[in-house]
Amino acid sequence: MTSAALDTQTTEQEHFIKPYTMNFGPQHPAAHGVLRLVLEMDGEIVERADPHIGLLHRGTEKLIEYKTYMQALPYFDRLDYVSPMNQEHAFALAVEKLLGIEVPERAQYIRVLFCELTRILNHILNITTFALDVGAITPALWGFEEREKGMEFYDRVCGARLHANYVRPGGVSMDLPKGLAEDMLAWTDSFPKVLDDLDSLLTGNRIFKQRTVDIGVVTKEQALDWGFTGPVLRASGVAWDLRKSQPYDAYAKMDFDIPVGKTGDCYARYLVRMEEMRQSLRIMKQCLAGMPEGPIKANDYKICPPPRAEMKNSMEALIHHFKLFTEGYHVPAGETYTAVEAPKGEFGVYLVSDGTNRPYRCHIRAPGFAHLQGLEMMSRGHMLADVVANIGSLDIVFGEIDR
Amino acid sequence: MVDSTTPAASVAEEPVKDPLVVYAEGIQAKFPDGILSFSTKGQELVFHVTREALLAVMAYLRDADETQFRQLIDICGVDYPNRPERFEVVYQLLSMRHNLRARVKVTTDEETPVASVASLFSAAGWFERETWDMYGIMFDGLADHRRILTDYGFDGHPLRKDFPLTGHVEVHYDPVQKRVVYGPVSLPQDFRVFDNLSPWEALTDVQSLPGDEKANSKPKIGWKETDRNA
Repeated sequence: MTSAALDTQTTEQEHFIKPYTMNFGPQHPAAHGVLRLVLEMDGEIVERADPHIGLLHRGTEKLIEYKTYMQALPYFDRLDYVSPMNQEHAFALAVEKLLGIEVPERAQYIRVLFCELTRILNHILNITTFALDVGAITPALWGFEEREKGMEFYDRVCGARLHANYVRPGGVSMDLPKGLAEDMLAWTDSFPKVLDDLDSLLTGNRIFKQRTVDIGVVTKEQALDWGFTGPVLRASGVAWDLRKSQPYDAYAKMDFDIPVGKTGDCYARYLVRMEEMRQSLRIMKQCLAGMPEGPIKANDYKICPPPRAEMKNSMEALIHHFKLFTEGYHVPAGETYTAVEAPKGEFGVYLVSDGTNRPYRCHIRAPGFAHLQGLEMMSRGHMLADVVANIGSLDIVFGEIDR
Repeated sequence: MVDSTTPAASVAEEPVKDPLVVYAEGIQAKFPDGILSFSTKGQELVFHVTREALLAVMAYLRDADETQFRQLIDICGVDYPNRPERFEVVYQLLSMRHNLRARVKVTTDEETPVASVASLFSAAGWFERETWDMYGIMFDGLADHRRILTDYGFDGHPLRKDFPLTGHVEVHYDPVQKRVVYGPVSLPQDFRVFDNLSPWEALTDVQSLPGDEKANSKPKIGWKETDRNA
């Protein structure tokens, strides 16, 4: 019924249902964090969706201005806490660009290896919780077991399951411990089995398809206009991936495909993510097979701390260590915008340096921020329950949106 | 490679221009008054644009065949309190057609609004709201000019350089009133910023540190031919 028709009814009085306002969240299991959504409903149809964000705003950008470059890095783990290493990677690449340093090849391979592991972990979380939102609980139970295995790799390489602080400007903080590469290789062989299981649970599932097919359709033009990136953009049929088009680190040497969706709906976004996990496995295998021996950080003690053993004997190394962890290193004045293909989309860092040991300005471009902005465009005219499906398919994490 | 057909010792060899510079010059030629200057560093292309020409330049960058910057990736502000117009608004654009990024910058102050580009890029809405929230930069023509990241009823613009890191208000649960109450920030100890900045091996040209007159002199290592007459 159109609103004009409703108006004529009111003059004849009775049965006029005023669009009512509904508050969704900020504590709602399907809100994926602290999303407060003010919905204007016409019956069960969404007329307007106004996301209120900022409930998790911690002032990361302001804090970074008061920290040295080395102290600023861990903040990036805490943005999108589901894919920490990709964001560290973006910051490290930005600082490296300003410093003008090269990263040893082995470090590049380790970075790519763990970025792809992170992508899989992120997509497992997204797909399974998305399925949970639309009514399927088993994927979450199965997927999280594999996620835990991936977290264990994180733990073994850097000592932390979540907040890694591993990808540092100049390389990575530590080399792979003994046996990790073999175990990761074994996991890349065993994981496809679980992926197939998830696939068989969801892809052909009638209920899942009823909830996702033709829901939240985003056309190519809309996706570009609203600044969508990553799987959300690719699901709308735009073949664009920074790993291919503007490759960084070792991505240029990797052989992988970019899955592209056709329909731009929630189902397409799910399918793109499923295929991306398989492609990430391919990249991980190539990394493990082709990883050269060698140093894991730039051979410059002005930027990368010297090894512990050397500090026991070398005065010079000790001084470098002390200076690095008090003053930090100076970054030449300049500015850069450096972006990586994070699991959620283009994660960019706009870094302005004034030549001192602290960033003058560090703006963080979070993919989820642009995606959530488009939620209203996607949800208008849909049912209330479809808003939940849309939120799930956008892969919203408030750590990065609120910053 | 040296072309053998060119007559030797003719004009001094002109260095080959970076294609990106040629490209930027072509764009600048379209807006002689609008684009104040441009710079390229590596693959990063930056245009400094006047406030008046912003919309025209952005529309051109979005639509023209040779630019096609269809995606507005980001908008953010930067605060330089010592400049006459203290704020810079920075737009990050991406052209998928040409696989190229461009950055557009305009300057403004606390009072002067910048034209909103939300009519050109739908993505601009929230980015401009954030810039308003963080810096207090106003956007002319922005339909929804509410704050976005800070608390309801927040006062001030936190990313300005003169805004204290600790902020002005803090909240706590008041057991008597049985609700969360706002109050002024009280720090158990004074806020401290450790200034560790030193001319450590003069890594960069940090100037004007007291007692650091030697910072800019090159360290002399070994004997050089120029020392003969010294």
